[in-house]
Amino acid sequence: MKKLDHKQIAARVARDIPEGAYVNLGIGLPTLVADQLPKGREIILHSENGVLGLGPKPLPGQEDDDMMNAGKEPATLVTGGCFFHHADSFAMIRGRHLDVAVLGAFQVSVAGDLANWHTGGADAIPAVGGAMDLAVGAKKVIVMMEHLTKKGESKLVERCTYPITGARCVNRVYTDLAVLDVKPDGLHVVETVEGLSFEELQRLSGVPLKRLASAA
Amino acid sequence: MMNKLVASPEAALADVPNGATIMIGGFGNAGMPSALIDALIAQGARDLTIVNNNAGNADAGLAALIGAKRVRKILCSFPRQADSWHFDRLYRAGEIELELVPQGTLAERIRAAGAGIGAFFTPTAYGTKLAEGKETRRIGERDYVLEYPIHADYAIIKADRADRWGNLTYRLSARNFAPIMAMAAQCTVVQVRETVELGAIDPEVVVTPGIFVKRVVKVAATLKRAA
Repeated sequence: MKKLDHKQIAARVARDIPEGAYVNLGIGLPTLVADQLPKGREIILHSENGVLGLGPKPLPGQEDDDMMNAGKEPATLVTGGCFFHHADSFAMIRGRHLDVAVLGAFQVSVAGDLANWHTGGADAIPAVGGAMDLAVGAKKVIVMMEHLTKKGESKLVERCTYPITGARCVNRVYTDLAVLDVKPDGLHVVETVEGLSFEELQRLSGVPLKRLASAA
Repeated sequence: MMNKLVASPEAALADVPNGATIMIGGFGNAGMPSALIDALIAQGARDLTIVNNNAGNADAGLAALIGAKRVRKILCSFPRQADSWHFDRLYRAGEIELELVPQGTLAERIRAAGAGIGAFFTPTAYGTKLAEGKETRRIGERDYVLEYPIHADYAIIKADRADRWGNLTYRLSARNFAPIMAMAAQCTVVQVRETVELGAIDPEVVVTPGIFVKRVVKVAATLKRAA
């Protein structure tokens, strides 16, 4: 089978983001989506720290300490972009104004529960940021992650063993192996990578999957 | 004549008592009022409760205040970062209390305090560990968590320009929490890059009206700005 690398997963996610969408890309893997958005589509990136119209990384020497993305990396503003304070920024999120949030994940359950903020370890310092707001607020919540952990365990689970970020909030999952929709009756396989059969994906995933009628 | 301009960061923070609750503007280093934080460290107030999105980066600003063991408790959404070693060390040693608040809930609790709201229901964090023990309610088709405002004795923030009435404008993403923190505190102290005559700020672009501001200090810009 031809597993996708991170950039390819990002490109696959980007392909489905429509013209005119307001989108928040979570920190980690989802930030890769920004560079893969199809040229010619006007898609506006939202950043929790009060930015609509987040642009690419600044050129060397053009960094500005007042201009950051949500990951606190130097950023730029596209023409037409704007700034606002944090309460307005999260009103955009919680108030269902944002079309898409792309988030990373430790686990996604068959019911669409998301775990991405805390490993629950006794020594782990918890940090949540805007993840819980994005999980309940965006019109469409997309997860972008590797299908398996480094130990080869499926990150699609019957029930999350890590503390959840939001319950029944995930709509679609893009992994290095497949695209899956979360529906009321469970996970539906939309597509698999070249050379990977439904049966093999089912075996690797460890949770019951359903075939979409249109799936290869 | 109303004049909120104060001569120095030290003068602006001279009356901060031990045990004060202080909101500090900034998201990471963008909007961090570094000169005011340095003055607060020099001033010596202890047992502070700090409200910020983070728990300090590297060794300056909020990280230095935490490193100096002056903070009893911090309310924030994202303490753990690659360079939050001062907080990490004290947290693991049990020497600093953490109230972890989802970022949007943090912003709304601050806004609510400034707007005179007694409490509010938010869908954020419902069903999660961060809502454990909190009152919930089903309203229509959704479940919500009851959250209370966060009030502060002081807000220390950074803005770009101010006039002597305390009208403020900001620069780029340095705005972040500053406008709502200015509303939520009894005494809001602002460091600005530039002070201007009354009327020099276009009234259409004032972001924080002077009613929310008590003291303004002009501080020479030290941050790197794009040309």
